[in-house]
Amino acid sequence: MNMTDITTTDMTRTQLNAKIPAGPIAEKWDTYKSDMKLVNPNNKRKFKVIVVGSGLAGASAAASLAELGYQVDVFTFHDSPRRAHSIAAQGGINAAKNYHGDGDSIHRLFYDTIKGGDFRAREGNVYRLAQVSVDIIDQMVAQGVPFAREYGGLLDNRSFGGAQVSRTFYARGQTGQQLLLGAYQQLARQIGLGNVRLFNRSELVDTVVIDGRCAGIVTRDLQTGAVESHAAHATVLCTGGYGNVFFLSTNAMQCNVTAAWRAHRRGAYFANPCYTQIHPTCIPQADDTQSKLTLMSESLRNDGRVWVPKNVGETRPADQIPEDDRDYYLERLYPSFGNLAPRDISSRAAKRAVDSGRGVGPLKNGVYLDFSAAIKRLGKDVVQERYGNLFEMYERIAGENPYDVPMRIYPASHYTMGGLWVDYELMTTVPGLYAAGEANFSDHGANRLGASALMQGLADGYFVLPYTIGNYLAPMLNKPIPGTDHPEFVAAETEARGRYQQYLNIKGTRSPDWFHRELGKIIWDYCGMERTEEGLQKALSELPPLYEEFQKDLRVTGDGESLNQTLEKAGRVDDFFQLGMLMCRDALERKESCGGHFRAEYQDDEGEAQRDDEHFAHVAAWEWTGDPMRATRNVEELDFETIHLAKRSYK
Amino acid sequence: MSNHLTNLTLKIWRQSGPNDKGAFESYPIASISDEASFLEMLDVLNEQLIDQGREAIVFDHDCREGICGTCSLMIDGQAHGPQRGTATCQLHMRKFQSGQEIVIEPWRATAFPIIKDLMVDRAAFDRIVEAGGFITAPTGGAPDANLIPIAKPVADASMDAAECIGCGACVAACPNGAANLFTSAKVSHLNLLPQGQAERWSRVEAMVETMDEHFGSCTNHGECEAACPKNISLDFIAMMNKDYRKAKFKNRKLIAQI
Repeated sequence: MNMTDITTTDMTRTQLNAKIPAGPIAEKWDTYKSDMKLVNPNNKRKFKVIVVGSGLAGASAAASLAELGYQVDVFTFHDSPRRAHSIAAQGGINAAKNYHGDGDSIHRLFYDTIKGGDFRAREGNVYRLAQVSVDIIDQMVAQGVPFAREYGGLLDNRSFGGAQVSRTFYARGQTGQQLLLGAYQQLARQIGLGNVRLFNRSELVDTVVIDGRCAGIVTRDLQTGAVESHAAHATVLCTGGYGNVFFLSTNAMQCNVTAAWRAHRRGAYFANPCYTQIHPTCIPQADDTQSKLTLMSESLRNDGRVWVPKNVGETRPADQIPEDDRDYYLERLYPSFGNLAPRDISSRAAKRAVDSGRGVGPLKNGVYLDFSAAIKRLGKDVVQERYGNLFEMYERIAGENPYDVPMRIYPASHYTMGGLWVDYELMTTVPGLYAAGEANFSDHGANRLGASALMQGLADGYFVLPYTIGNYLAPMLNKPIPGTDHPEFVAAETEARGRYQQYLNIKGTRSPDWFHRELGKIIWDYCGMERTEEGLQKALSELPPLYEEFQKDLRVTGDGESLNQTLEKAGRVDDFFQLGMLMCRDALERKESCGGHFRAEYQDDEGEAQRDDEHFAHVAAWEWTGDPMRATRNVEELDFETIHLAKRSYK
Repeated sequence: MSNHLTNLTLKIWRQSGPNDKGAFESYPIASISDEASFLEMLDVLNEQLIDQGREAIVFDHDCREGICGTCSLMIDGQAHGPQRGTATCQLHMRKFQSGQEIVIEPWRATAFPIIKDLMVDRAAFDRIVEAGGFITAPTGGAPDANLIPIAKPVADASMDAAECIGCGACVAACPNGAANLFTSAKVSHLNLLPQGQAERWSRVEAMVETMDEHFGSCTNHGECEAACPKNISLDFIAMMNKDYRKAKFKNRKLIAQI
């Protein structure tokens, strides 16, 4: 591996080693498993593992580790582990089962994922993901997930964007809910058995590193404000993505970057923060009070047709616009994938349609997703069977009936491919600290395919971490680890208490939400669907003064000794500010377009993303230096041994 | 284009902590868009309170898509408010009128102690699931998913039960504070499936008896079904009762065999 010689940062860069096992791609994971160190079943109980977050990755990891015999402590800021945001995923979960004999295979899922990620993901991890995808479905069915079935009783599949096979398993429009309940039930069983201790309404506020390894975490009890330390042999962060940096997103209101960011500040590198996914099918913003955006499952694009009027300033209602005056732009631009073009491409196409003045709806801020052809072809009953609950949800929110008038949709921030840098074992740059699920960066490159987030969360938690953590723990047998009375823990607690007290002491004039909105606006305008050097420079000049204002003019009412949601929010917005700066820096330094990262300067004649493989076929992993504006950019070169780098085409 | 509702009065339960007595306080809302969701109206109110230097109203919420089950609220005496089959977070202000007084309370049930203002502790639900709401299927070694065909109507019925979001509206709506709809949804989801048969009888016994430790008894009012944001059917309670009755005999027989 060679270091590329082109960079605009003058900092020294460390070349990161992902520790990918040698050998042919299909044998790497088997090789790893045969070579790894094991912990004897009777010795597992001597090890304490902390799992932070209880979504798909967290619940599945905690349950599996506890089943193996480790002592597990689970932390969630929710009231119950079952509330985690994995629950909101609608469409489905991919797996290379090839139950329909339509040409699917592990290799094809691997290829589709690498290509969908615009050749910016790590081959070794993605191949393993495709391999274990098959086991996930078996596992979830055994646990009682009521996946959709054919009349013969076998499992049904549907198609998703970026694939030409039907490999998506689903449970109505609530696949995430059913998978999370499945994983939660396994976790609940372990809690009931006393193998897992659950700390609910408890938020991570720091990680503690002693002698070069993660020694545990510091948490804040949201009900009492008590700050406490917890020591462990290994710590796993399954704390989700940072899409709420945009303020308006499809994330749940409490999704935040704090756990990942606090780990970053203690030495974990943060990889590719500029890779954010803007989901093409969300309900457009209706007014200024809006607190979040709601996603309509991508599966709707199986039967819905996306269009805008051909004419700028069109005033007729949708059903009175004749076919000739409609522009089915996805079918026109991408004939072979049509309405199922990948998310980044569909999102940009929608933005262009709206920017060209052809947007629809009262605020002209959406495009149509039209089911009239499907209703005519399949009948209303079939459409209702497939999408009934989504149609109902749309009607509740938008106040319009999508059986009669086309839905209006527009892209919104949805998922973040970037996250804590991890190696093949899902370990961050801090030994003993792991990141799984959306919190890590490893599998989706610059763009995630639909129905792959659930797959990755469960793959990491069920089928990767239970192996790789043992490999780390084995040599630590019977060696003492630092307790919570260690000065580093005490110092981290004092610092965290001071931080929350400081938010209360500022007594300025603006609420945390006000700052969050302002921050989100800057990030959306300059680091959203389309980025330019000029815009990013502007964002980087506006963010530090706004952050300074936050530190001087924040107002948090209430106290720190009882439940205080305003105070919780202040801590999260603080971390979003710092992350926002890093995101813009990462976007600025990546002088190419790839997947969800679209730099207007780097596009081809047809307006498609133009990668620069010579200079940017690498992961940017940022190292904390005390100031996000001066973080160091390290790289991990991506070696494509199996897949030939190609221009991504969905035409 | 959105219209605005004007001159609303919110009567909201404020309680500083579990041991405080609590009381209603009135808050005027001069104007709010009918496109706003109910919780967005509370967001706006909270911003105003912070502006005035007052403490924001605490309420549970998260996904705002009607799926995580975190949000709650008794709105004018109805769990999740006036719109049927809809969680509070999906309720929009277009369902209300200008000039209206709206009373907002937390879930009221002995098993759900109030933490602060409108937020309650629903951990008793987790205890029920921990007692038996799972299939023992440790990670790894599961057979191929298509080895067990499941008739579509069976899978669909299981899914109908599995849609429960665990919000607690059923308990809040019940005059007895019973959790039979929640528990029966959890029991039926698994007891209907072939994979769930091995633990069918022990599951229902453990879950019902844990439920009884925390919650009131069901006397067939049916308020729970009417309040449920996912329209979970009362039929599942009948199924749970039937399974529980059978279990009491079957489990005894199994023990006798040892």
